[in-house]
Amino acid sequence: MIPSLQDLFNILPPVIIGAGILIALTLEMFVKPAKKIIPHFAFLVFLFTAYYSLMTMDKETYSLNTLMSGGGLTNILYFIFTFGSAIVVLISYDFIRKKDIVSSEYYILLMSAVLGMMIMASAKDFLMVFLGLEQMSVCFYILAGINRRNLLSNEASLKYFLLGAFATGFIVYGIAFIYGASGSLSYLVITNAIVTGQNITFLTIGLLLFIIGFSFKIAAFPFHMWVPDVYQGAPTTVSAFMSTTGKTAAFAVLIALLLPLFTVGNYQIFGPVLSLLAALSMIYGSIVAIAQKDIKRMLAYSSIAHAGYMLIGIAAGIPAGSAGVIYYLLAYTFMNIGAFGIVAYLEGVEETNLHIEDYAGLANQKPVLAALLSLFMFALAGIPPLAGFFGKYYVFVAAIKAGLVWLALVGIVSSAISVYFYLRLVVYMYFRENSKTITVFDSSYSMLGIIIAALLVIIVGVFPNTVVELITHFIS
Amino acid sequence: MIPVEYYLVLSAFMFTTGVIGVLIRRNAIVLFMSIELMLNSANLTFVTFASFLGDSAGQVFIFFVMTVAAAEAAVGLAIMIALFRNKQTLNADEVNVLKW
Repeated sequence: MIPSLQDLFNILPPVIIGAGILIALTLEMFVKPAKKIIPHFAFLVFLFTAYYSLMTMDKETYSLNTLMSGGGLTNILYFIFTFGSAIVVLISYDFIRKKDIVSSEYYILLMSAVLGMMIMASAKDFLMVFLGLEQMSVCFYILAGINRRNLLSNEASLKYFLLGAFATGFIVYGIAFIYGASGSLSYLVITNAIVTGQNITFLTIGLLLFIIGFSFKIAAFPFHMWVPDVYQGAPTTVSAFMSTTGKTAAFAVLIALLLPLFTVGNYQIFGPVLSLLAALSMIYGSIVAIAQKDIKRMLAYSSIAHAGYMLIGIAAGIPAGSAGVIYYLLAYTFMNIGAFGIVAYLEGVEETNLHIEDYAGLANQKPVLAALLSLFMFALAGIPPLAGFFGKYYVFVAAIKAGLVWLALVGIVSSAISVYFYLRLVVYMYFRENSKTITVFDSSYSMLGIIIAALLVIIVGVFPNTVVELITHFIS
Repeated sequence: MIPVEYYLVLSAFMFTTGVIGVLIRRNAIVLFMSIELMLNSANLTFVTFASFLGDSAGQVFIFFVMTVAAAEAAVGLAIMIALFRNKQTLNADEVNVLKW
């Protein structure tokens, strides 16, 4: 079938971002003050795409001969990517200038990574998954190392690159086996192949390799070793971007692939595997985060724990679980971008003000920032009525419904552990004397981004039912 | 005709070699070569299945894998050059300002 204009129209959000990249590249080449224009341009493109995705949500279509889907759940994911990235642009604007990073490329790479994520989220075929994943990952490798005179940034970039490419090897090899077993690269055919039970050994090997590869990308426990180093070494705003939208994209693929497999039944091997990954990630992330003194490293371990909570929703294998995961991703994106945004705000020109001791007495020096950071910490710890609480609530309820009571219990225990290190930061800010005042570069753009993120964390937390009903409506 | 299992065993052997290479070698460029070996073993598997099934989708896929591997190589080598300029080494054990 030859693609028509209608096909492009059905997947307009990625097309807009793609056009935005091309325009930004051209501007960068030919227009002198491109440095000033491109951040604003990228922000507007992200905002418009987010708005458009929300407005066209109820038209569910396929495009390009069922390679990609548009509308429905896909558009909710588009919204998470683009709105999250719009906030990342806001918190990056002054951060990039403070760190003296080449700025135009930074925003073009952000847009390019978002295009990759959108392709992943809308993919209904392994070819598209692979292309989207690689587009996203290659942009992440560059973004992690974009501060190229800084040794930490170089090192984070190299580690991310080597382990990311290693994971890609597993994913491609897994896809090859899935293809061999089912004779097709399309999700629909693969689901049918599982129902009929043909070549089940190859299919199982392939899917296991695929899940191992994606466990790297979502930062789940045995495959997490790159996460702390990369999130600590990469520029802070890049860590905010990778840990939230990147994770969302990888989870989107897992949900789109695994939910049909679970619902057609008689294919129970992945439930225990995913439950185990989830339990280990939660416990490991929460316990090791306690020992961390560097804020970025602590947030990285918290990110591993959150990957565990989200995996519970997938391991449950019911639509309610996946709806919970998407709600969780929405909440996590805004609270984590907010938290990293404040860390970026306070960070000095060199890698200073990143130690937990530096935050002592912050409430006196920067009362607004301290209050906002406490809000994000409460949200990440899962204290009601903020968004983080309901994210956990929905995945735990789904696990209990699916009969995985032990997994929900592990989740509750690990949330209780994690409260300690999130609230420790709050205690430092409010109840410790500051031995020295830290120098902070004020930035109204960052402040705006952080406040928007905070508002969303509150709104999504106060109206959880509306959001979850919307997601459930599209999932089933 | 050579049975399909032969190709699969060969590609599995290549893949394992690649994985072991990544796990035990320490030079970043050798690590990257091992990763390329993994990707190529996946390509071999794809071609085997495509030929076995008489379906062209698998053969198309390997062109994408090769293109992406080239893009990854470009970015990866650039990252290694940036690191080498600052540190004068590509040994993964000496790249340890951040704990592994």
